[in-house]
This record gives sequence, C-alpha cells and structure tokens, in this order.
Amino acid sequence: MTIKPSQLLEDMGYSIQTCMQCGTCTGGCPSGTYTGMNTRRIVQSARRDKDVLNDDDLWMCTTCYACQERCPGGIRIVDAILALRTEAVHNGIMLPAHRKIAQAVISKGHAVPINDNAREQRKQLGLDELPANVHKFPDSLEQVKKLLESTGFVELISEEDSN
Amino acid sequence: MNSVSIFLGCIVPNRYPGIEKATKLVLDELGVDWADLEGASCCPAPGVFRSFDKSSWLALASRNIALSEAMESDVLTVCNGCYGSLSDANHEMKNDPKLAKETNKHLESIEMTFKGTSDVRHIVEFLSKEIGIEGIKEKVKQPLDLKVAVHYGCHLIKPSKERELDSVEKPSFFDELVEATGATSIDYADKMACCGAGGGLRSALLDKSLDIAEHKFQNITEAGADLIVNACPFCHLQLDFGQIEVKDKNGNEYNIPVLHYTQLLALALGYSQEDVGLDMNFIKAGNILEVMA
Ligand code: SF4
Ligand code: SF4
Repeated sequence: MTIKPSQLLEDMGYSIQTCMQCGTCTGGCPSGTYTGMNTRRIVQSARRDKDVLNDDDLWMCTTCYACQERCPGGIRIVDAILALRTEAVHNGIMLPAHRKIAQAVISKGHAVPINDNAREQRKQLGLDELPANVHKFPDSLEQVKKLLESTGFVELISEEDSN
Repeated sequence: MNSVSIFLGCIVPNRYPGIEKATKLVLDELGVDWADLEGASCCPAPGVFRSFDKSSWLALASRNIALSEAMESDVLTVCNGCYGSLSDANHEMKNDPKLAKETNKHLESIEMTFKGTSDVRHIVEFLSKEIGIEGIKEKVKQPLDLKVAVHYGCHLIKPSKERELDSVEKPSFFDELVEATGATSIDYADKMACCGAGGGLRSALLDKSLDIAEHKFQNITEAGADLIVNACPFCHLQLDFGQIEVKDKNGNEYNIPVLHYTQLLALALGYSQEDVGLDMNFIKAGNILEVMA
C-alpha cells in the first residue's frame, strides 16, 4: 500500500515538518482566491498523514511557485505538491482530462497535437505544413513510444484505464 | 554565442504557428545561427506530465536535450513551460549522476545518451543576454508607440533557485526588452500574478482557471494597456482564447490583443502583422496598427 505522505516527502528531501502554519503560502496563492485551494492546509494534512492523495485541491495548483518563493521557512511546497500528485497517480487517482493528455503524448508525442486549422495556418505563413517535430518524423514518434514503454508510463496510464 | 536549435514545444507549431514564424524572422534579423530541433516531442509539460511520473518526464525531456547535444547546439525554447521542463531536467541530469544513469538506461532502448553538453535557453533570456537592449535598438526599423502590459509568466523566472535570472517579485529584464522596441511597459495591479493556465488547471478545471485569467484582464484594462505581451504560448492561449471563453462564460468582453514577444519584436524590425500571424489570434489586433499609424 501507499507510503505515508510525511515519509514520502521526507525521503525526497522536501521537509515540511518545519512549517509554522503562518499562511503566507495561502495568502499569495492565485488559485486560492478563486478555488478552495488552501496551500497551508495541504501542507498540514501531508505532515499529519491525512488522506491528502484524495484531496482535490492537489490538482488546483497552477505550479506558479509564488508560495514556494515566499515561504519564510524555505519549504519546497510546489515540489512537494508535485510529489503528492505523482503518488496519487501511481495509486490510480487521476482526473479524466489529465489522462487524455497523457494518452495524447503516448500516441502523438504531443500534449496538444496538430490539427487541420494549424496545418492551414502554417501554409499561409509560408511554413512547412508539418512542423519539424515528431509529426514530421515517424521514426522519432516510434522512439517516444518506446521510451514511454521502457519507463512503464504506457502501462501506468492503461492500467488506470481499466479502473 | 553558440548556435541554437529551436525547440517548438506543442502550442507554438500546433496552435500558434505565427509565433514560430516570428521567432525565425527575428533570429535571422539578429544574425543568430539557428536550426530546427528535428524530431522533438512534447517537452513534456511540467505541471501535468512531471506530476504523473518523474522517470517518464525526465526520459522524454532528456531525449529532447540529447537531440540538441547531437547537433552541438544549445536548446532554445520560446515557451515558459518548455523552459521549465527542459531546464529543470537538464539541471537534475547534470547534477545527479544516479538519476542520469537511470534515465540513460531508458534512453539506451532507443540508442541515445544524455551527455550533459548543452544548455537550455529561453528566447527572452537569450535575447536579453546575447543580443542586449542596445543590440536590439540598433535593429529597430519601426518603433512601436504602444502601451504594453508585460506578462512574464511563472516559469521564466521561478523557481528562482534554478533560474537565477532576476528578482522574482519585481523583475525588469523583460520590460526592458519590450521598451527596446519603442513601446512603453505600463505597470498594472498584480502584474506578476499567474495567468491561471498552468499545472493542468486549464485542461481539467477550465472555469477556475478562467477566473484567475479574468483578474488579469480587469487589471490590465484598468491600467489602459493597448495590448498584452507574453513570453509563453500557453499564457498566450489562456490570455487570447481565454478572453473569448470569459465572454461566453459571463458576458464580460475585454478585447485586448495578445502578442508573444517575438511577434512584437518582429513588428519593430519592420515585419507586418500578417507576416507574424497576428490575424490568426482570437482577439484581432486590428487596432494596434491604428495606434501605430
Ligand atoms: S508559507 Fe511555509 S511556513 Fe508558512 S504555512 Fe506555508 S508552508 Fe508553512
Ligand atoms: S504554486 Fe500552487 S499552491 Fe503555490 S501559490 Fe501557486 S497555485 Fe498556489
């Protein structure tokens, strides 16, 4: 089963135990103004080993790093949030839109693949219809797929699919 | 100055090719030795992909960097997200031999190796350091008399520990580059605030993400800016198409044209709005020319 959040973050070197709950992170969070995101509370939940992996707020963070830059305790808050997200995904917790993006990268090599409109615009601008990325080089796309198989990503994403 | 290979990422070539065109025109005008980074993939996106699985994020990013190493050039990105992913990955790979070894094992399966011989640059940082304000001013043919709301975006300067570019709360190097085109960078409330797109928020929770963007639109409108200039195509998408979405969502119309810095610079270097695809934006830039005339 899953490792305790406090231990996970400690092992990665993101010590959150020194958090003094000052709320500087929450105060400057652009997401928190419009969502339920409360950065200070996530840090508190994680160090108390509450069920933070199932906390929706984990996915409300834009990774703007404002909190991490301002934290008077020098806590790597965003890096910790990203690590908690990873643990969540590895436990089968993933938003449907995010799974779609992951699948797009596996099948097309890009999170936002080309479409007909962009092909047309490229021609109008005098650029090649296909950009010089994996879209133009099928062998490169094969490499990306192979690489994602080697790291276990293809399996990680398709396993969640069967849930 | 080394030669650079242009890393396009996803949004520039596949949604806003005008930014790709502008980048190439600008680099040519400034005499930079560039080539396309052929066969590159998604950087991959830092906020989402990196949070899904670190070894996969690192492997894909390292493959992109290794392609550039093979060309003996530095990677040049035009996107804060790509810059965040690639420069963080480059940093980790160069400084953590164990991680580099693990990642290279995966790269072996496609007969590639990360060596650690290239740097990752962001176009705004690159122009500021390699060409400089004076170097740009010398080349300006069409000074732009415009009031610009500069949007730095987050990952250009943060996390500062890895970037060491400028002050995080009150940077100025991007404003100076904008002003080198003849424009005026105007101050506005919460200038350093996030556009709201990052971290997978725009993809999964669009409504919330647009509320963050609208806060910027309000502040920029109040400050009386003619247009927004950004350094990141994902911010560009959020700030341009986001205005259409905000209008659909709650009826508020802002109508502020949005340009990537390379597009603004290309105009100052004498190119037309059509040359750099401004007419392909959702918010039409028609009134910019009137201001300039
Ligand atoms: S700013 Fe730092 S110390 Fe203060 S509550 Fe947030 S994480 Fe804790
Ligand atoms: S990085 Fe995330 S949690 Fe921190 S201030 Fe930005 S949106 Fe809030």
